[in-house]
Amino acid sequence: MAATLRRFFDSDLWWSFTRSPITMLSAVVALICILGALFAPWLAPHNPFDLASLNLLDAFKPPSWTEEGERAYLLGTDDQGRDVLSAIMYGARVSLLVGLSATLFATTLGVTLGLLAGYLGGKLDALLMRICDVQLTFPSILVALLIDGVVRAALPRDVHDKIALFVVIFAIGISEWPKFARTVRGSTMVERNKEYVQAARVIGVSPPRIMLSHVLPNVMGPVLVIATLNLGLAILSEATLSFLGVGVPATQPSLGTLIRIGNDFLFSGEWWITIFPGIALIAMVLSVNLLGDWLRDALNPKLR
Amino acid sequence: MSGQNPLLEVRHLRVEFPTRRGTLVALDDVSFTISAGEVLGVVGESGAGKSMTGAAIIGLLEPPGRIAGGEIRLDGKRIDNLRYEDMRRIRGKDIGAIFQDPLTTLNPLYTVGRQLAETMTTHLPITPADARKRAIGWLDLVGIPAAAQRIDSYPHEFSGGMRQRVVIALALCAEPRLIVADEPTTALDVSIQAQIIALLKSLAREKGTAMMLVTHDMGVIAETADRVAVMYAGRVAEIGPVRNVVKQASHPYTVGLMGSIPPLDRRVERLAQIDGAMPRLSAIPQGCAYNPRCPKAFARCSQDRPDLLPAGATQAACWLYAEGEGAHHG
Amino acid sequence: MFAFIISRILQALPVMLTVALISFAMFAYVGDPVAIMLGQDFTEAQRQALVKDLGLDQPFWVQFATFLGNAVQGEFGLSYRLSRPVADLIAERAPATLELALTAAILALLIGVPLGVYTGLYRNSWLSRFFLTFSLVGVSLPTFLIGILLILVFAVWLGVLPSFGRGDTVKLGWWSTGFLTWTGIKALVLPSITLGLFQLTLIMRLVRAEMLEVLRADYIKFARARGLPNRAVHFGHALKNTLVPVITIVGLQLGAIIAFAIVTETVFQWPGMGLLFIQSVNQADIPVMAAYLLLISALFVTINLIVDLLYYAVDPRLRIGRGQGAH
Repeated sequence: MAATLRRFFDSDLWWSFTRSPITMLSAVVALICILGALFAPWLAPHNPFDLASLNLLDAFKPPSWTEEGERAYLLGTDDQGRDVLSAIMYGARVSLLVGLSATLFATTLGVTLGLLAGYLGGKLDALLMRICDVQLTFPSILVALLIDGVVRAALPRDVHDKIALFVVIFAIGISEWPKFARTVRGSTMVERNKEYVQAARVIGVSPPRIMLSHVLPNVMGPVLVIATLNLGLAILSEATLSFLGVGVPATQPSLGTLIRIGNDFLFSGEWWITIFPGIALIAMVLSVNLLGDWLRDALNPKLR
Repeated sequence: MSGQNPLLEVRHLRVEFPTRRGTLVALDDVSFTISAGEVLGVVGESGAGKSMTGAAIIGLLEPPGRIAGGEIRLDGKRIDNLRYEDMRRIRGKDIGAIFQDPLTTLNPLYTVGRQLAETMTTHLPITPADARKRAIGWLDLVGIPAAAQRIDSYPHEFSGGMRQRVVIALALCAEPRLIVADEPTTALDVSIQAQIIALLKSLAREKGTAMMLVTHDMGVIAETADRVAVMYAGRVAEIGPVRNVVKQASHPYTVGLMGSIPPLDRRVERLAQIDGAMPRLSAIPQGCAYNPRCPKAFARCSQDRPDLLPAGATQAACWLYAEGEGAHHG
Repeated sequence: MFAFIISRILQALPVMLTVALISFAMFAYVGDPVAIMLGQDFTEAQRQALVKDLGLDQPFWVQFATFLGNAVQGEFGLSYRLSRPVADLIAERAPATLELALTAAILALLIGVPLGVYTGLYRNSWLSRFFLTFSLVGVSLPTFLIGILLILVFAVWLGVLPSFGRGDTVKLGWWSTGFLTWTGIKALVLPSITLGLFQLTLIMRLVRAEMLEVLRADYIKFARARGLPNRAVHFGHALKNTLVPVITIVGLQLGAIIAFAIVTETVFQWPGMGLLFIQSVNQADIPVMAAYLLLISALFVTINLIVDLLYYAVDPRLRIGRGQGAH
């Protein structure tokens, strides 16, 4: 363990990390976002879902540093008297949950299918790559919208509300897997023809085992980069779907939902209801994207 | 070779690569000259600095590599410290370059005629129509059949050998006085290598062009070069007339290198081999870079670095040839 | 050339058919169109009649063929939500979306490509670093948030630009254009910036990456070794070689612009196809969704075809059969 740690701190990755202040800053911001979201129930000053504590008299309070602001509500309150800061923390939870789950889903699906296509080749490969081609012609947000729309049409409203979160995760995950599959397939085809894989095959190691223990570790670098960049994209997709009113159910508002709700009050001057969740969303996505960008450059030195 | 100024003069050239773990010295104290019309072969293992020397001369070192010391003179004028634009006018016009892989050195999207014509109109005061006429002439000269028709072909419509002929035409078409040819035949089929070398040689002789021929193929050197420089770990180990270097090498490294080439005229039981490997740039030993592998090394070799010293008909960077040393150890 | 186009169209056919099949499957199996069309009270006889009328008693493939035949003629049935022919709805909304998408695409291209080339060529200049940072912020900003911020600043605070609608439009035949009136152009400013900004930054980043890739190529080094001026090396040799991948990217991005128009139209209440589509998704208005899907795919396939033709024009390696071939 200590040796692993020492190796990590001696690695080029760590070195390039310490050399990039922007990367370190984004790591800190990302960490704050993640911790704030993870521990929202303990950290948030109010519980936005505790209906008993909500009071319409508290509605539309501006941020605390303005003239009419109140100390209790740092970033103000929304139309129902909910504390905006607490709503953001709970909302970030949903956004992160959906983003991470969708990315995990897309990664698992894409890596598995990519490995299979690259290792087995033949008709399966041709079919999978054709599906990738077709799907990549369609922007992922459209694919996600469509899946969500179809499920919405197919299921009764109450059933749909119950599983809406999973539908969104599924829709976003499905719309992103081809990127992983393509990359993994390419690397797998290269690895497959290398001597060590040939040798493993000759001595009778089973194909699933070869793929998992020999090929997979060698394609993990690019997968990690795509997954990081994809996390930002998945969070954005979720926010977009929720903003359009077709994402997560209103009972579990994500940052996108908060922005949509706040958008209605933009013209009456209550800008804080929509702008602060927006800033939180940007901070989260930007820091993740910066980390992804750095990771790509660090793992791919020829681009420097 | 003495008396008049050499065409190209490289003196104490030092090229460095700054990296995170300190500065790597890729070329250290490299000195040689090339006279007008002369062919200098440069040999050595991969990573010895042959190609780097060529890149430094044409002023196209890959960043972050940079010339950190010494000088390069063309016709007595320094060219290593010129601004990009001034050096640009020299490239192609005074110094032509030929690269290793003809499949990647030609722009796939332009016809060979266009690439030839643009090179000529850049450097010579001629009209586009003239350039086209001359381009056909050059293609013909480098042995492309039906040059007048082929001039409008794209690079992918030529075979590898034919493309390298086009590259040679491109390097020569502005009539430079020096050609830097970096492994011009390595990427080609063996059967075509000889043709390309013969072509280069005859064109250089015909036009009076001097050439720096970088290769790791001693056969090519023996056939083409007038003089040869042997490089090791970023330094010149030995330099001299090709016949002497091949037949009576002075530097122990050159001796080892020549011993590792299978002779064609007789059978040998086993080829000589040099133990160990060339050091990495980050770990060049003190003193003579070759001393850990050298069968004749003695105390001084691991302490002081030898300069090029007269050694018979050649010059060798080896303490065996220092005053007084040779008597004891030679 | 002609054979090339034909082969590409033949390749596009399966894609279109697959999409049509998905659309049809949605149409036929998601929800119950009969129940929706009949409303609350109906007799079994009425129901049977409608089923027969709609051809729902036919075998699957016959129904699909009918659907295809209708689709080719622009016939997609009635919207569940608005009870009007889907074709009419789309025809009304298409000009708004296409004008918005076109403006955004031109904006993204005219600014994105030069910025990408610049940052690729001079990657260490402070201006490049600035553009690059700006672009990263750009790709991290969700489209709807850009729209909201622009509305807040230019419509709410400054009050200089409208925040919703198309302004006044002029009819040119069935096409309604906002390009010809002052209010129409003013109304277009914020939505097209919103829609174009993300694509702009994306195009810039991708062009830059391609430029860096090409600048490392041997033929660029050789062009320098031949002493060609920087202008010729950068714009003659490097830029032309980045064109092929850039065309691909831009083609894909045009598709993305149409898709993201859904978001922009929602933010600005822009009366286009995207707004129609999102309302349909919300209300499970399957006929409109199916028609939109087919139309969008047809558009994408067309864009891809144009992209292929542009490749053909740029890259001589695709023009086989010319010259004598390899020796």
